[in-house]
Amino acid sequence: MIRIILPTHLRNLAHVGGEVTLEVPAPVTQRAVLDALEANYPMLRGTIRDHGTLQRRAFLRYFACEEDLSHEPPDAPLPEAVASGKEPFIVIGAIAGG
Amino acid sequence: MSGVRVLVGTRKGAFILTSDGKREKWDVSGPHFSGWEMYHLKGSPADPNRIYASQTSGWFGQIIQRSDDGGKTWHQPGTPPGETTTPDGAPKGESNKFVYDTSAETGAPMTTHQFYDGKPHPWEFKRVWHLEPSLTDPDTVYAGVEDAAIFKSTDGGKNWKELSGLRGHGTGPKWQPGAGGMCLHTIILDPKNPKRIWIAISAAGAFRTDDGGATWKPINRGLKSQYIPDPDAEVGHCVHHIAMNPKRPGVLFMQKHWDVMRSDDAGDSWKEVSGNLPTDFGFAIDVHAHEPETIYVVPITSDGLHYVMDGKLRVYRSRTGGNEWEPLTKGLPQKDCYVNVLRDAMAVDTMDKCGIYFGTSGGQVYASADAGDSWNPIVRDLPAVLSVEVQTLS
Repeated sequence: MIRIILPTHLRNLAHVGGEVTLEVPAPVTQRAVLDALEANYPMLRGTIRDHGTLQRRAFLRYFACEEDLSHEPPDAPLPEAVASGKEPFIVIGAIAGG
Repeated sequence: MSGVRVLVGTRKGAFILTSDGKREKWDVSGPHFSGWEMYHLKGSPADPNRIYASQTSGWFGQIIQRSDDGGKTWHQPGTPPGETTTPDGAPKGESNKFVYDTSAETGAPMTTHQFYDGKPHPWEFKRVWHLEPSLTDPDTVYAGVEDAAIFKSTDGGKNWKELSGLRGHGTGPKWQPGAGGMCLHTIILDPKNPKRIWIAISAAGAFRTDDGGATWKPINRGLKSQYIPDPDAEVGHCVHHIAMNPKRPGVLFMQKHWDVMRSDDAGDSWKEVSGNLPTDFGFAIDVHAHEPETIYVVPITSDGLHYVMDGKLRVYRSRTGGNEWEPLTKGLPQKDCYVNVLRDAMAVDTMDKCGIYFGTSGGQVYASADAGDSWNPIVRDLPAVLSVEVQTLS
């Protein structure tokens, strides 16, 4: 199971309290994780990736294993610790503003 | 018993203010969608329990919310209330999908518009500025978006399709954004002619369709704008807002980036009616529900100073369709007040004694139950108000 941590506003939108856990078939990539997330929570479509282009929204980043993976190709395998569920895949918003 | 429901969009959520016909005591509900910029909420004239809302964020983009019970509960169209996915398991999630239509069959080529640096720039969707429900069908609603385009949904907001004839009619490459973005902020539906729609774009101007949105034409003859190279240009005017009394379709009142204007021929021509206003810069404009020649504006100091003049919050009313204006101040602060009222932040109800409402950048929402003769704050301390609409409930 893949663990995903979402920003507060997206947790509210998706009506989830804490981490989201999902089955994601191998290979576990950014694209696969986000596809699975949006499939299970369709109200999140367009809020992390642009609806049309599927590009990451500019004020969001993807963190995992203390690294910023935002600029990695979407089809590159995520770290083994994420794929195994040991570490979460974190979607985080820019801290500016509020 | 009749009453009113005021729908307030703010920078940090939405609020719903309700009162009976006296409009003296108010219930305040909210914040709904805390932390999000609620650009616009508007109810369907065909079903007062149906309300559409534009929920946006620089981080997370656009969400469309819909209520079917007068604002008590909300859901994203296509995602059933209380559920996290669709019953058939197939994700829809299209209610916030605004994709410019470039298809050969129904679309228009993706041309460019001008950008702040004067260079050609492709259309990019950013947010929904204005939602205009159909006058007759609660499931039909129009959306005015940034970058300027108009979309239509006929399934209650679940899916949207661009009326691409506007973006593609030819003058698009000359359009350019105002400071707030190149937004389609005004949509007016003709109650007597379902194929006629007026829209306005900052900073391209006003446009009209007479065939339900298939084709459009600029309607800016008579507008003069000294801040563009050709002050009489066909497009390029920064129209801030247009208002129309539905009992007199085709008579339009415009608050422009400087100048208050009037058209008596559905926008084919305009004349200035600023008259004795202390300043004719502003954003909001509206028309009395029962007196089609009575109009309201909230002048602000200048294009460089977006707050009211002299520290005084004054609504100006003309009972002659413009030119002759009187200040309305009773109940409004007359010192140390430096707020603005944005283009979609004024509305009127249709009670016998027409009520007027507006919200400020300082977070106040004021109401008048006597057509502007006197005012009272409904609330004082909301986040900055982006929009105000009102439903008259029977």
